[in-house]
Amino acid sequence: MANQTKVPFTGTKAQEEKLLKVLKGLKNVEGALMPALQQAQDIYGYLPIEVQEIIADKLDLSLAEVYGVATFYSQFTLTPKGKYKIGVCLGTACYVKGSGEVFEELQKQLGIESGITSDLLYSLDATRCIGCCGLAPVMTINDDVYGKLTKDQIAGILAKYKE
Amino acid sequence: MINLKINNIPVSVEEGTTILQAAKKIGIRIPTLCYMKEINAIGACRVCVVEVKGARSLVAACVYPVNEGMEVFTDTPKVRESRKTTIELILSDHNKSCLSCDRNTHCELQDLAYEYGCNAVKYEGEHHECEKDFSTPYLVRDNSKCVLCRRCIAVCRKIQEVGVIGPIKRGFKTIVGCAFESELNDSPCVACGQCINVCPTGALHEREEIDEVRAAIADPEKIVIAGPAPSVRAGLGEEFGYPMGTNVEGKMVTALRMLGFDKIFDVNFTADLTIMEEAHELIERVKNGGALPMFTSCSPGWVRYLEYYYPELIPNVSSCKSPQQMFGAICKTYYAEKMGIDPSKIFVVSIMPCTAKKFEKTRGNQNASGYPDIDAVLTTRELAKMIKQNGILFNEIPEGEMDQPLGVYTGAGVIFGATGGVMEAALRTAAETITGQTLDNVEYKKVRGTKGIKEATYEVGGLKLKVAVASGIANAKKVCEKVASGKSDHTFIEIMCCPGGCVNGGGQPIMSSVVRENVDYKALRASALYKADKKAEYRKSHDNPVIKELYENYLGEPGSHKAHEILHTTYVARERYKK
Repeated sequence: MANQTKVPFTGTKAQEEKLLKVLKGLKNVEGALMPALQQAQDIYGYLPIEVQEIIADKLDLSLAEVYGVATFYSQFTLTPKGKYKIGVCLGTACYVKGSGEVFEELQKQLGIESGITSDLLYSLDATRCIGCCGLAPVMTINDDVYGKLTKDQIAGILAKYKE
Repeated sequence: MINLKINNIPVSVEEGTTILQAAKKIGIRIPTLCYMKEINAIGACRVCVVEVKGARSLVAACVYPVNEGMEVFTDTPKVRESRKTTIELILSDHNKSCLSCDRNTHCELQDLAYEYGCNAVKYEGEHHECEKDFSTPYLVRDNSKCVLCRRCIAVCRKIQEVGVIGPIKRGFKTIVGCAFESELNDSPCVACGQCINVCPTGALHEREEIDEVRAAIADPEKIVIAGPAPSVRAGLGEEFGYPMGTNVEGKMVTALRMLGFDKIFDVNFTADLTIMEEAHELIERVKNGGALPMFTSCSPGWVRYLEYYYPELIPNVSSCKSPQQMFGAICKTYYAEKMGIDPSKIFVVSIMPCTAKKFEKTRGNQNASGYPDIDAVLTTRELAKMIKQNGILFNEIPEGEMDQPLGVYTGAGVIFGATGGVMEAALRTAAETITGQTLDNVEYKKVRGTKGIKEATYEVGGLKLKVAVASGIANAKKVCEKVASGKSDHTFIEIMCCPGGCVNGGGQPIMSSVVRENVDYKALRASALYKADKKAEYRKSHDNPVIKELYENYLGEPGSHKAHEILHTTYVARERYKK
């Protein structure tokens, strides 16, 4: 299976200006790092080193401190997401109902362990409980929810997300 | 005052005191692991837990403040059982190769495991996945021995304010490392080694060069020269049970000779030489309108900090090589020529209280003879290790004397190891150079002491010299900010990377958290140097007879073309992160 795809940074000038404006507003604010990371992720979709460096520089923090917080919270992602963001619940209920097999099938079909495919179409993440255990095992593709899954349904579902 | 009882003993302490401090006041030591005075108090490791009457659960004594009427119990079966389990759980994910570990017999985790009668293999679970970081020439990180106490992170972030390491990820996957899990060598680490000094286990240690030194000593072709820095003699004794602050210069010299070094010279000598060049450079800058204030350049950690974080101030740093590099340069030029030795046959080993010196020897533009000025750098700890490995009974051997000619030094050279020492040494020479007179007063007491930032103004021959002295990078940063923003009216600024100066360098003997709690180690180690200065035959660098001879017969004047070729260097702006 291929390792995680390395996606080159494609941030735009407009995104950077937006981020700098956010950081200006957070200068000298206590506990500014969390909102800075949240808003940066809203702007870029993820938190690559280039973005974290800007945050560290403007908030006068070390990059290691920024990176530590970014890797602590599961809400932050360091890899970009695909056009179709696939999440498979590996929470207790889904797991006992076989979501592990579903996840493995997705890994096989997409050719990645997690992260993003090289065509940037799909990204795959294991998630915690998403609150619909009655439908276990559950996966989401963007805002669509698929429940009571078996692994042989996967190919058919992925076929709907090709464009 | 707050009144409470600890183990039924009444005690009154000031508000805000922690249980740990209150217990100490009545003679009770509560065991700790992640806690370290002035560095780290986060209650993370749970080793210091105690029972508080009425509290829902055990509390961490290192962070829990006392309350009026509180009743604390520090040694109940519940407390002891909890501590024991905590230590056993830490041990379950610890690389227990203790027998050959660098920190065997002086490891805080090992001490705790012994004290609590722990079963080191009680819980056999998963182990962290980690690789050793060998990327730098000065430090090795082995996270398989890391207990996640975060002391290294705290000293890097709070005391040195460079913060190149931090906790990464969370839960069981947590490791300590650099941003984006890059190697340390790709981060703007200043190489101070303070993280090693605070590590309770063997997760951090210097990159050893003992094998290289032994190989050179065993090579009959090589003339191996040892050069200990001022602070080594003030710290080495601690490794052999001498009280802190004991100057063991004489025994150190004998031990070096017994180890097989061919010549024992002194980096104190080139500290004097540094002063000759640096004082001259300062006067030139003042007279000719050079970049002011001028910064000292002896501390390679400081120089590295400047290159990474304030490259715009590079013109302000003295172009003088550090005493270590001058030492190697003089051994392989002046001394080699004088003795008729091919410099390629000379192997110079400096012995340093410092890890950054291991980096410094790899810098560019440090090869006056055409060969590297310095071939190997040993820390004070490595020297102690070699002495022990060779069965040298340090406490029993007689005192020896440095070899001639490069073993002659003045009191000005020896105080280089303490914060303010370089400044004082420079002032002694600058004052007499400017006035052209012999001055009685050689002591500049305002720049002494362990305070982080010191300032003073001295009138020297009608010239007003405003000076500042800073130690520890957090303090250096404040000074740099002032200079960078044009708000500094100083003429000369001494900066040492480590808090308290080289006596507290990253290569000095490790002090446990208990020693740090109870001893003013910076002042004690420095006192050994000031005592040596006081009883020195010469106390000003320019009075050193060998320095005089060196200029008369070889270098000419301070700042001469030849002096520049051999004793001066250049600096480079560094990118903080490699893309």
